[in-house]
Amino acid sequence: MTTTWTIDGVRAALSEKKISARELSAEFYKRIEARNPELNAFLALAPERARKQADKIDALIASGKPLPALAGVPIAVKDVISTRGIVTTCGSRILQNYVPPYDATAIERLDAAGAIILGKTNCDEFAMGSSNENSAYGAVKNPASTDRVPGGSSGGSAAAVAAGLAVAALGTDTGGSIRQPGSFCGVPAMMGSYGRVSRYGLIAFASSLDRIGPFATNIKDIAAMLGVIAGRDPHDSTSTTAPVPDYQNEIVKPVKGLRLGVPKEYFGEGMDAPVRQKIEAGLEIYKKLGCELVDIRMPHTDYAIATYYIIATAEASSNLARYDGVRFGLRVDSDSLLAMYRKTRGSGFGDEVKRRIVLGTYVLSAGYYDAYYLKGQKVRALIAKDFRDAFEKVDAIVTPTSPVPAFRLGERSQNPLQMYLADIYTVTGSLAGVPGISVPCGKVCGKLPVGLQIFGTPFDEARVLQLAYAFEQAGGASV
Amino acid sequence: MKITREDVVRVAELAYLDLSEDELEKYRRQLDEILTYIGKLNELDTSGVAPMAQVLADDQTADATLREDLVVPSAVADDVLRQAPDPEPPYFRVPKVLER
Repeated sequence: MTTTWTIDGVRAALSEKKISARELSAEFYKRIEARNPELNAFLALAPERARKQADKIDALIASGKPLPALAGVPIAVKDVISTRGIVTTCGSRILQNYVPPYDATAIERLDAAGAIILGKTNCDEFAMGSSNENSAYGAVKNPASTDRVPGGSSGGSAAAVAAGLAVAALGTDTGGSIRQPGSFCGVPAMMGSYGRVSRYGLIAFASSLDRIGPFATNIKDIAAMLGVIAGRDPHDSTSTTAPVPDYQNEIVKPVKGLRLGVPKEYFGEGMDAPVRQKIEAGLEIYKKLGCELVDIRMPHTDYAIATYYIIATAEASSNLARYDGVRFGLRVDSDSLLAMYRKTRGSGFGDEVKRRIVLGTYVLSAGYYDAYYLKGQKVRALIAKDFRDAFEKVDAIVTPTSPVPAFRLGERSQNPLQMYLADIYTVTGSLAGVPGISVPCGKVCGKLPVGLQIFGTPFDEARVLQLAYAFEQAGGASV
Repeated sequence: MKITREDVVRVAELAYLDLSEDELEKYRRQLDEILTYIGKLNELDTSGVAPMAQVLADDQTADATLREDLVVPSAVADDVLRQAPDPEPPYFRVPKVLER
């Protein structure tokens, strides 16, 4: 068994000079070399950038200066987030050799906090998928059981943290792409409120839904990561000025007396019986912690998938118009400009991306806009209202993250609609813009992790983290 | 829903997307299935509902005031052009657009 490093553990080992930042990152590259051929979690490694950063940290330590929050912490980054000088493919052939000329704001902030970017992690192409099988570079395997998917779309980041190939990771969540792989791989995984973390440098899929967030092995590290990347950024006009509290101080506050809503709609048919058992055992933990469980209704839950696949694909069809073979990425030559566009896009995009462009273009096209896109925006308002109404009665909402544990590779990839329905419990929070986390909640079949999802009110990530931390400390991971 | 081959051809044309005959048929069938599923939204009466055009509520707005229009240095042109499939600094070169 390899040692599980935490952010505190790294800080202590570095300060006490038990290991240097350079040695520590070398240790992680060794782990990646040993494990990645099987897992396919990393698409690109950045040893040079990592070494430079490690040397900076080691110089700080040698000079006795105070260490920044994530000094020397080895981190993996989903391949849809721009990293200066490190090839960033979005899991797509169309960006096979693309090297961003700048860092995303989240990366800049990790960098400034002393984190060491090890490399880029595999994902579904342009973050479109729930199993990681839509990557142009092959699926990631779930470290808990390598014949199973790691979830998606941030499957590489989840697998890297679960397998100990990084201390923490960044993923992105549009309809569940952080929380669902966190659940499948058995690691905590969080998306902050829409507007909490700058999207500058995140290569866009659906701009009103996309969010960057952390994976880690424990809630304290999730809090540390979120604290570093959160906050207003002039480069993203949707990032808010809401103050960022010290999440690590906030998480230890008691949860006794909090009212937790349990929506009936999240325990319907299609939910695996063993998963239900684990979630119910998880709810018992909250009762023991002195929380009050409240039955609530969220009547529009059943319409969330249909709404999501209108809005997300419409926005995607627009965002992905930029891949035209002119400024970056693949070009398939042709003698006219329009033919060049068509051939480049037709051969550069994979199956799922093309399907979503077709669907998104259709729902936005003349004659169908009102029936689909406008209708979708109206139902989105109803789903957001479900959340506002619920938060009148309760402090947080607790649900399963996914109705099923990790499924087998290939098991669902033939039927797109079935794959979409895997996101049934996560897309609601995405549409409403609320913060959400998935925390490990036992295992089924002896090895397949289950995730418990907690939603909070917008910009109250602290409350979500308190509940996650209390659950973890009470042994939630092994219910 | 009844999505026809012509519907998919029209959409592919709008999206500048070359699709093979097999893809046209596959996406026709799948689009039909997905739109049929999406049709369940018509169970809801949304006549009095305002569309949610943005996520942040009024009390959580980002600082929407316009920033000052300042000139800031940006020296990324070379890096940007280096990513182009066919650069001709300081331009991106493309196939002929207009016939003479």
